[in-house]
Amino acid sequence: MSGNRLRPILTALGALGAGFGVLAIGLAASGYDPVLALGALGRGAFGSWYTFSSATLVRAVPLILLGLGVALAFRAGALNIGGEGQFYAGAIAATWVGIHVAAWPSALAVGAVWVAAAVAGVIWIGLPVLLKVRFGVLEVISTLLLNFVAEAVVSFAVTGPLQEAKRVYPQSDPIASAARLPLLAGSRLHAGILLAVVLAMALWLLFTRTRWGFRLKAVGMGPEAARVSGGIPVKRVVAGALLWSGALAGLGGGVEISGVTYTLFQNLSPGYGFTAIAVALLARLHPLGIIVTGILFGALEAGAQGMQREAGVPAVAVQVAEATIILAVLLAEVLARRAAGRAISAEDSA
Amino acid sequence: MTEDMTVLTGFLAASIRISTPLLLAATGEMLNERAGVINLGVEGAMLAGALASAVGAAAGGPWAGTLLAVVAGVLVAGVFAVVAIGARADQIISGTAITLGSVGLTGALYRTAFGSGGPGLTLPTFAVVPIPGISSIPVIGQSLFSQPALTYIAWLLIPAAWWFLFRSWWGLALRATGESAEAARASGVPVRRVQVMSTLVGGGLAGLAGATLVLAQVGTFAEKMTAGRGFIAIAIVVLGRWHPAGVLLAALLFGAASALQFAFQAMGLAVPYQLFLVMPYALALLALAGAVGKARAPAGLGK
Repeated sequence: MSGNRLRPILTALGALGAGFGVLAIGLAASGYDPVLALGALGRGAFGSWYTFSSATLVRAVPLILLGLGVALAFRAGALNIGGEGQFYAGAIAATWVGIHVAAWPSALAVGAVWVAAAVAGVIWIGLPVLLKVRFGVLEVISTLLLNFVAEAVVSFAVTGPLQEAKRVYPQSDPIASAARLPLLAGSRLHAGILLAVVLAMALWLLFTRTRWGFRLKAVGMGPEAARVSGGIPVKRVVAGALLWSGALAGLGGGVEISGVTYTLFQNLSPGYGFTAIAVALLARLHPLGIIVTGILFGALEAGAQGMQREAGVPAVAVQVAEATIILAVLLAEVLARRAAGRAISAEDSA
Repeated sequence: MTEDMTVLTGFLAASIRISTPLLLAATGEMLNERAGVINLGVEGAMLAGALASAVGAAAGGPWAGTLLAVVAGVLVAGVFAVVAIGARADQIISGTAITLGSVGLTGALYRTAFGSGGPGLTLPTFAVVPIPGISSIPVIGQSLFSQPALTYIAWLLIPAAWWFLFRSWWGLALRATGESAEAARASGVPVRRVQVMSTLVGGGLAGLAGATLVLAQVGTFAEKMTAGRGFIAIAIVVLGRWHPAGVLLAALLFGAASALQFAFQAMGLAVPYQLFLVMPYALALLALAGAVGKARAPAGLGK
């Protein structure tokens, strides 16, 4: 039995190893010193308490929130790869609200910003949900297409209605200080990390202890069986899961505005929506695992910046490691399924 | 009158130019979807093809670039084939991961090879090849028959794909595989080999699409320059109902939607340019909503 509980962790470690292996080989093949580069990556992520809290953990916050969103939808068998777009929708709403709540008490202002961001995320995923439920359109394609639309809307917003008062730079005015999150002393780490951890724990309880969590899992494992023998309204469960997924991604955008940048600009996200897929899969959709993998990928993203500074390796190179990790997790699952299949047929023939 | 005709000629020429990479990628994706394989890595294969074509063209001219782009597209599709067909891992997630990896790989290689100095890269590109005689017909000839060679290749691939799918034994085997792999296998079709081959051909065409984008449209490489065109190609396959003629019409529709930007600019209309950026994606969503249900996807798609 202990072998079964260890296996996900061993799989994750193996996938991480594969990711770093491919990255190291690629670096060596392109003429970089992999030891120097990976050392710089480690220092950029874990070099000091300041780098760990201000670079790694700050990046972990959106990754955990968006990773939880991906996991929630994926539990019900739906893949939301539009986290990037919902993140931007949340960021736009958060910025607009954040600018207008200067006179409010801080707790209320922050709350308004977060709610606006989550609602914007829900609205942004609403169209793909409608298309899926009404017309059977694959949510993978529709959520992804809307990422590009969201980027165009941000571009329009920061050169139009939300542009800063002087109308020089393509960015918004900063949000009111009442809407900003408190920071940890001597660090850039903000209170959003608490929200991420609390939501992860809440989702873990909801997944394991409630009828809703059971329904999600039943639908994800076999929609036909869930409908026929479970009497579960499959479409409604999937739609709900996707909408909540959008809320989490939108919230991620709102937390980034209220805790990190305070202003809206293009390229606010370095691809959090996509990295979040790796975060969720590596944690095997387990909410508490996502806290760990979110920090891991936060470290990878922070380390990538260090690698670029110190070793001259383009930061985007780590996406190759991320892609390898996803593929390795998929392959490990296939192998595990086959092993289980063999065990069953061995029992049958015995 | 003549000014209107110039605008119209420009609009038609731009529509066809913009639709060509979409048409090539969609033709390839149509082939592998007909075999039951949905490859979301087509965006990654296109991006890899775009970078490879820039590298190849800088070293040995546009045709060398084109060849290298096809090789790059096949290689990217090969990774997908190993994971999603060989090991039977989830096609959707594998394809997404491969696109993600391609963005990282091409970005890193581009910066390593050419530096991050922005659009400093000037490449030898494909010249327009007017077809003698008919290219001088007003409007139609000046737009349709004054295109780079890759456009003609893309158009000729459409009847070729139609003949292959509906008139050849291998095309029948491919369609049978896409409808029911079990039944096809029972009647002696090498199902895995058909799926792998169609995926590799799809990747090669996606690579060619990348080359078209770089060598017949933009003239340089930029990170993430495919900007979702691979996913739009997937929408085109759905809108074109998995049929070569439908795919051609759908690709032209998308080309026209993007080309409206230039037409409106030529007419001096002031509309935020982001509206035009959004047009192809919005159209793709509309197309998906309208087309799904009316046309039936291959029954074994994604399984």
